[in-house]
Amino acid sequence: MTAPVLQLEGLNKNFGGLAVTRNVNFEVAAGELHAVIGPNGAGKTTLINQISGLVAPDSGRVLFASRDVTALSVPERAALGLARSFQITSILPGFSAIENVALAVQARIGTSFRFFGCAAAESALNAPALAALDEVGLTKRADALAGHLSHGEKRALELAIALAMQPKLLLLDEPMAGAGRDESRRLIAVLSRLKGRFPILLVEHDMTAVFALADRISVLLYGQILTSGTPDAVRADPQVVAAYLGEEME
Amino acid sequence: MTRLPTAIFLGFALLPAAAAFGTETYLLDLFMRVMIFSIAALGLDLLVGYGALVSFGHAAFIGIGAYAVAILASHGINEALISLPVALIAATAFAYLTGTICLRTRGVYFIMITLAFGQMAFFLASSLAPYGGDDGLTMHARSTLFGLSPFKNERLFYYIVLACLIGCYCLCRSLVVSRFGRVFRGARENATRMATLGFDIYRYQLAAYAISGALGGLAGFLLANATDFVSPAYMSWQRSGELIIMIILGGLGTLHGAIIGTLAYSLLGEYLSGLTENWKMIFGPLLVLVVLLARGGLLGLAGQVAAWWRKQHAEPQP
Ligand SMILES: Nc1ncnc2c1ncn2[C@@H]1O[C@H](COP(=O)(O)OP(=O)(O)O)[C@@H](O)[C@H]1O
Ligand SMILES: [Mg+2]
Repeated sequence: MTAPVLQLEGLNKNFGGLAVTRNVNFEVAAGELHAVIGPNGAGKTTLINQISGLVAPDSGRVLFASRDVTALSVPERAALGLARSFQITSILPGFSAIENVALAVQARIGTSFRFFGCAAAESALNAPALAALDEVGLTKRADALAGHLSHGEKRALELAIALAMQPKLLLLDEPMAGAGRDESRRLIAVLSRLKGRFPILLVEHDMTAVFALADRISVLLYGQILTSGTPDAVRADPQVVAAYLGEEME
Repeated sequence: MTRLPTAIFLGFALLPAAAAFGTETYLLDLFMRVMIFSIAALGLDLLVGYGALVSFGHAAFIGIGAYAVAILASHGINEALISLPVALIAATAFAYLTGTICLRTRGVYFIMITLAFGQMAFFLASSLAPYGGDDGLTMHARSTLFGLSPFKNERLFYYIVLACLIGCYCLCRSLVVSRFGRVFRGARENATRMATLGFDIYRYQLAAYAISGALGGLAGFLLANATDFVSPAYMSWQRSGELIIMIILGGLGTLHGAIIGTLAYSLLGEYLSGLTENWKMIFGPLLVLVVLLARGGLLGLAGQVAAWWRKQHAEPQP
């Protein structure tokens, strides 16, 4: 068995008096799609923020590929292969779609301390960017301003940006948030194609998607991991049904 | 996109010929100063227009470049091969060192701290008693180049300044579309996103800040030679404010807007000050009006007028 890609060890975080992450121990195994579910305010986004480095935990450790990255900055973690998407769309609105993705490629290959030559014309950057856009079905919109894309297209662009980083772990924070039904279906199809290519930590509210995609599911409640297991085991867990799934699944 | 800058540079190049019929030295002088400040304005537009880094201490870079030349000259060192690199290095180093502190802050705090460093340079210059203190320092001899005196010939000097301006413009133009420039522009759009892509944007902003400082240093070198004089007033916060007004007036984030803004600001100021003693009473509100009415400054205004014109004269659809 290979070592887990990601390990959280005794992670704690308080915002003022509010315990948002409580002694979280958690793993993402190589190659798996691990979903984290839980009601609004459970602390899912804060957990992702601590993994990507945007929020520092009060105590505990984050291990990425067996390396302690707790003290590393956001860009340092990204450079190690940690990519993420945001629940609230985070793109460069004034850049074209392809430039958004090409920047991710640029971060991965070669230096960015290059002062001459037009970056937007470099095929070494544009070709992988186009490939990533193609994977999420945005090829036709490559030259559109990211700020002018529809909400669903922006969600797809977030995915393409993360993909272009060729990450060792993909953190997806509600990738379907706010997308319409057709758009959601398309995004789920994209995710199912990505599954197996990268280890994925997926936070999602759409239970149909989660149970269809996940290899393992962890349930987060009031900052604590309630339970972890296969979709079938989680679905059958009376604790989970009582605390969360009961209302969600009707 | 390239037509307008070309026209501007051509205008500058042809001016001496036109000026020959009238008050030549006056016009040459005026436009030379416009071009010199344009170089500094380009550097500022790089920061403000492309990086949303509103630097309010930009005059310090000019002043440091100018003082470097004048101080060396006061010790009998006039060779530009020495004084120009010293001016550039001094301004760049000042920008780099203060940048390491300023760039830890954002927004209003960035404006305030750049202003504070600018004032620091101003007071430092005022207290340089051996070099004139408050009164400033006269340059008794202009810089030489390989022992020759190109800066003494007003026309030659004029074209040297023009060449510098064109060179700086091309440099900045190249910079903003380069890989470096794309990261720098991206940091303005969404700093968090850039960080999660793997860019430590601080390093890129610091580099841009230092480059901007170098452009200010070059402007300072030229300014000292053009005026044969340096004074702490070169570094006053009013000068920094004027530079910001110039680039906003022309149109932020376009580079040639910085040149147009500097030109418009200087010519308008010159014209109005000839009309009345209280010209600033007209000048101030006029600037506010342009900035308020024309989003994107004069370039933006020109664009709006052109769009309106096209609409008026469009062929009626059958
Ligand atoms: N930066 C912050 N400062 C204070 N409270 C926060 C902050 N970020 C999140 N919270 C609070 O922490 C709790 C968990 O938030 P979040 O991690 O966004 O939950 P989820 O993503 O599961 O909906 C919420 O009650 C939220 O209001
Ligand atoms: Mg959330």
